[in-house]
Amino acid sequence: MSRPDLHGLLAEFLAPADLVRAAHAVHAAGYRKVDAYTPYPMEEVLEALDLHHSHVPKLVLAGGLFGLAAGWGLQYWASVVEYPMNIGGRPFNAWPVFVVPSFETTVLFAALAAVFGMLALNGFPQPYHPVFNVPTFAAATRDRFFLCVEAEDPKFDRATTRAFLQGLGAADVQEVAP
Amino acid sequence: MASKAPPVTGHPRGGTRVRMVGPGHTFATVTDKIASLVLTTKTPLGWFLGFAAAFSLLNLLLVAVGYLLIKGTGIWGINIPVGWALAIVNFVWWIGIGHAGTLISAILLLLRQQWRTSINRFAEAMTLFAVACAGMFPIIHMGRPWVGAYWLMPYPNTMGLWPNFRSPLIWDVFAVSTYATVSLLFWLVGLIPDLATLRDRAQNRTAKIVYGMLAMGWRGSARHWSNYETAYLLLAGLSTPLVVSVHTVVSFDFAIAQLPGWHATIFPPYFVAGAIYAGFAMVLTLAIPLRKAYGLEDFITLKHLENMGTVLLATSLIVVYGYTMEAFMAWYSGTTYERFMIWNRMFGPYGWSYWALLFCNLLTPQLMWFRRFRTSVGWLFTVAMVVNVGMWLERFVIVVTSLHRDFLPSSWGLYTPTFWDWATFAGTLGLFLTLFFLFIRVLPAISIFEMRTILPGADLEEKA
Repeated sequence: MSRPDLHGLLAEFLAPADLVRAAHAVHAAGYRKVDAYTPYPMEEVLEALDLHHSHVPKLVLAGGLFGLAAGWGLQYWASVVEYPMNIGGRPFNAWPVFVVPSFETTVLFAALAAVFGMLALNGFPQPYHPVFNVPTFAAATRDRFFLCVEAEDPKFDRATTRAFLQGLGAADVQEVAP
Repeated sequence: MASKAPPVTGHPRGGTRVRMVGPGHTFATVTDKIASLVLTTKTPLGWFLGFAAAFSLLNLLLVAVGYLLIKGTGIWGINIPVGWALAIVNFVWWIGIGHAGTLISAILLLLRQQWRTSINRFAEAMTLFAVACAGMFPIIHMGRPWVGAYWLMPYPNTMGLWPNFRSPLIWDVFAVSTYATVSLLFWLVGLIPDLATLRDRAQNRTAKIVYGMLAMGWRGSARHWSNYETAYLLLAGLSTPLVVSVHTVVSFDFAIAQLPGWHATIFPPYFVAGAIYAGFAMVLTLAIPLRKAYGLEDFITLKHLENMGTVLLATSLIVVYGYTMEAFMAWYSGTTYERFMIWNRMFGPYGWSYWALLFCNLLTPQLMWFRRFRTSVGWLFTVAMVVNVGMWLERFVIVVTSLHRDFLPSSWGLYTPTFWDWATFAGTLGLFLTLFFLFIRVLPAISIFEMRTILPGADLEEKA
């Protein structure tokens, strides 16, 4: 595959409401390879671009179940199989007390899954991304709202897409070098 | 400065929202103000003075712990019957302080309390540093920690020994280490978007590279926000039962023993409430000088401080209920030893600590009933300092007065802290403050991206 000469077109908006309106319009026009860049999480944008599905919860559930099994297994194995200690005649398989450390390992592994799962699904650490080539993009972490229609999208056309984005009230539309 | 309180445009219950940020702020001004505290090249003189004082105390800790490792725990005043003393008092005090940070960042997030937004970041940092101080104590209390690991941590060792999971001390290891790890993760995740802001705003090349690496390539993509928000919310949901479990497990260290004064079923809820109480006092202790020194009155408003005063009052009442029930149950149980324990607490050799505790935790917080005191920065700070002392005294009363006179008068004894006991405690204050000073210098003390979400500009309905 040859290297494309363009990552996409980046439209800059000054107000959050403008971005939400534009995101709805872009999605309705059939563009799917679209991403928005906002200084804070915006539910409305996720809904507009139909990005509201995250795989993080499944990973957290798996992490929690693993932690539960690992914590319980460790205690059972250490107290019953490997090193049974008779302390005042109490049972080796003292399951009620195993609940406490098992709870802690469940939370621990679920939290690790949440964080590292989120980082992995987002592809972090990612030192390079084309949008950083646009000088004004630094404002995406301050007070500007961006919408990027990527060149890979089948409907993408350099001229028509640009005109379309400008028609949505973008303050500026710039080409993103790959 | 007090005139910069947020405008209250109607009664809060009447449906009008109280803005938890000063008037006239936009995405840009909030970002620039908070980022400038970190990115400025001019470090305030007060920062250097505070850091120097804290760092001196940290060096005292180095000396105290160094001497302890050479000589052993004999340098402290501990002996049978008081084998647990200041080290455990300090451990419980520090770990309790940490709880407010998690409460603010997790529980208030789930309850959609908007006012948490400007105080959560530094409260979480406070949690981490307090847990670091707390975690030191059980370890150095072993005297020779390098040989003590096998009965605390389950790891395959050459002796083939495994810990006894039926002991609450092991639960403590699991609870505290999980708490420290999850608090760190929560804090780091919350920092990622702000680190990206610092990366994009830094002028200095080194700062750009360092913040850039820490931000890991964050660019505010909607796809990323979707995963990010889900993970953040789930972390809050996981931290909520975790924080309750941690002080519950700490209270089990006492409650599962048969000692009068420790063996009480009220301990878990009473310890958790006490932890939140102590923690909010520490948040106030840190927030008041911080907002003054850095001119953050627009973000940490009087309304925030007032809310924290209310939490202080509510939790103090729960703690006082705990004290009352301890005394009531001692009488109601009809047990000689329980009755003696409470009498000894009030009128024994350490009776002064019980009355001082009641002054600090029962009487002083009652000032928070009055709006005049809740909205006075000076009074809030004073009350918070008194509560800090009071909660330390509470743990002193529980640990020392319960241990020093148990069932058999022949095994009674007294405990007097030595210079090294106090030096270790003062040293951890130094560790805590040193870490805090470094934190406010290199990382944003207020969550920038979360502040943006509560600005009027983020309100889509108003625009439409």
